[in-house]
Amino acid sequence: MAEKNMTVLNYIQKIVITFLKYASLLLMGTMCLLPLVSCLITAFKTETEYKSTNVMTLPGSFLNFDNFIKAFKLANMGRAFLNSVIVMVVVLVISVIIGTQLAYVLTRFSFFGNQIIRSMYLFASLLPSVAMQVTVYNIMSGLHLVNHLYGYIIMMCGTDVISIYIFIQFMENISTSLDESAVIDGASYFKIYWQILFPLLKPAIVTACILKGVSVYNEYYCANLYLQSKELHTMSTSLYTFVGPMGSQYNLICAGVIISFTPALIVFILCQKQIYSGIAAGAVKG
Amino acid sequence: MEKSYKEKAVKKSFWKTRKGQQLLTMGMFLVIPLTLLVVFTYYPFAEMVKFSFYKMKYSTPVDKRVFVGFQNYIDVFKRDDCFGALRLSLYYMVGALIQLVLALYFATILSFKAKGGNLFKGLMFFPYLINGIAIGFIFKFFYTRGFVLDTVLHVLGASYENLPYWLKDQNINNWSLVATSVWRYFGQNMVLFIGAIMSVDDTLYEAAALDGANKPQIFKHIILPSIKTIVTLNVILSITGSLSSFEQPYVITNGANGTGTYFVIMNEIAHVSQKVGLASAMAVVLLLIIFVCTILQKLFFKYVFREAKD
Repeated sequence: MAEKNMTVLNYIQKIVITFLKYASLLLMGTMCLLPLVSCLITAFKTETEYKSTNVMTLPGSFLNFDNFIKAFKLANMGRAFLNSVIVMVVVLVISVIIGTQLAYVLTRFSFFGNQIIRSMYLFASLLPSVAMQVTVYNIMSGLHLVNHLYGYIIMMCGTDVISIYIFIQFMENISTSLDESAVIDGASYFKIYWQILFPLLKPAIVTACILKGVSVYNEYYCANLYLQSKELHTMSTSLYTFVGPMGSQYNLICAGVIISFTPALIVFILCQKQIYSGIAAGAVKG
Repeated sequence: MEKSYKEKAVKKSFWKTRKGQQLLTMGMFLVIPLTLLVVFTYYPFAEMVKFSFYKMKYSTPVDKRVFVGFQNYIDVFKRDDCFGALRLSLYYMVGALIQLVLALYFATILSFKAKGGNLFKGLMFFPYLINGIAIGFIFKFFYTRGFVLDTVLHVLGASYENLPYWLKDQNINNWSLVATSVWRYFGQNMVLFIGAIMSVDDTLYEAAALDGANKPQIFKHIILPSIKTIVTLNVILSITGSLSSFEQPYVITNGANGTGTYFVIMNEIAHVSQKVGLASAMAVVLLLIIFVCTILQKLFFKYVFREAKD
């Protein structure tokens, strides 16, 4: 009898837990989606619709792309997208190269100063970038790097600590016996780095590129500070066009916002698995 | 030491030796990253410390800068818009804790079989991939009087008169901003925790299921112990993160109506009022606080790990 009671209880418990599970998932899912859906709805509304209807009323047509076209032209988003892609690709290539080389030297050679360099990077990771810009701005203008795409790119390569950590950690887990046998075969250090270790680092490179790629594509604070002229706007700063006189035309703004994150959405849908594992792997560093 | 001695001894063939090759590789591989590190981190850092003792603007020529000693530091603590702004971090700390709890809860649910699990995971994670400015617009729109949030609450039965101005009312606006921060980052936290939970040995769950353990028991006895480190790490990171919270108030309210966090104020002092000295002093003060927090967290970790070993 007691046993039967237990199973009934268990059964009820199971139902309650399942119900709570899906209820909470639905609630949270809705809350995550609500701001975005409201944006999407508004982006399809015509001027008059926007002014006369409630924000959550559906638009007359989901095929009204006028706002998107207008926003795209107004904020010069084609150019902005190109700039963003250039910045992202160059920054990723440079940081992968210098990051892996640095990690190679720090993990394979023991020399005076190795620990000092590691500590220097550790300390650098504690400095919040917004605070640093107070004086970096001064240096950037002193080096005439303000308002040049390459200046911004150089700065973005220079302030990168996380991918260096990922490379160091990964490289430490690759056995040095590989290097040693290559040394015996007479391979140069550069050859060991480039032909043996670099290909093995592929998972770490993917992780670093994902983490860095997200942060570079979305970076707006320094882009706003150092890329002020309009042709140099990146995808995120191009949205600044809508600040000011157009500040309340949300049908237009929402369209711009949606355009700005669409590339990220596409990449996310295509590479979900890699992005998730990249995020998880990037956090292990501690 | 060995290098330099060898360098002199075998001058000609030195670059052909292993040692020489090593030095050459080191030089080649280190020169760029270290230059960048010095130019964009250490030199600005030194400048910042120096500037914090001067009264100056960006445009002030070097010889016109006035040395004021510790006056800027005194101002940081005296002016109520500076140091006082740090108390706003408390809101963000509370938010960060809520965020961690939510992330942990949903990570646990989504690590196991759930219908539509992948879709929910994607929905909750995606906000992390949206850029800051877009977030600013989305939430300005979301919180505007009579717009998204008000409409939804109205449908749920609240009357418009009772609803506050989400971004203006000083009783609530900081919470509104904290909520956007949770909205944006909790998915990333969750993905992180899912990664940790997934790395737990599957046989443990099977054994627990055989023993008839229920979900809360599994959570308490298997999941939590194995992800303790990463959770603790995130709790501690959220403290330093809250001290330096900047993005949400900067892009949504621009610090208006009492939402200016320490860094928002510092940013304004530096780039709008151009009081570079004062801004530098503010930055140095916060860096010191973060530094102390980091040392404390290192000690804390040491302590926790020793406990775990015993």
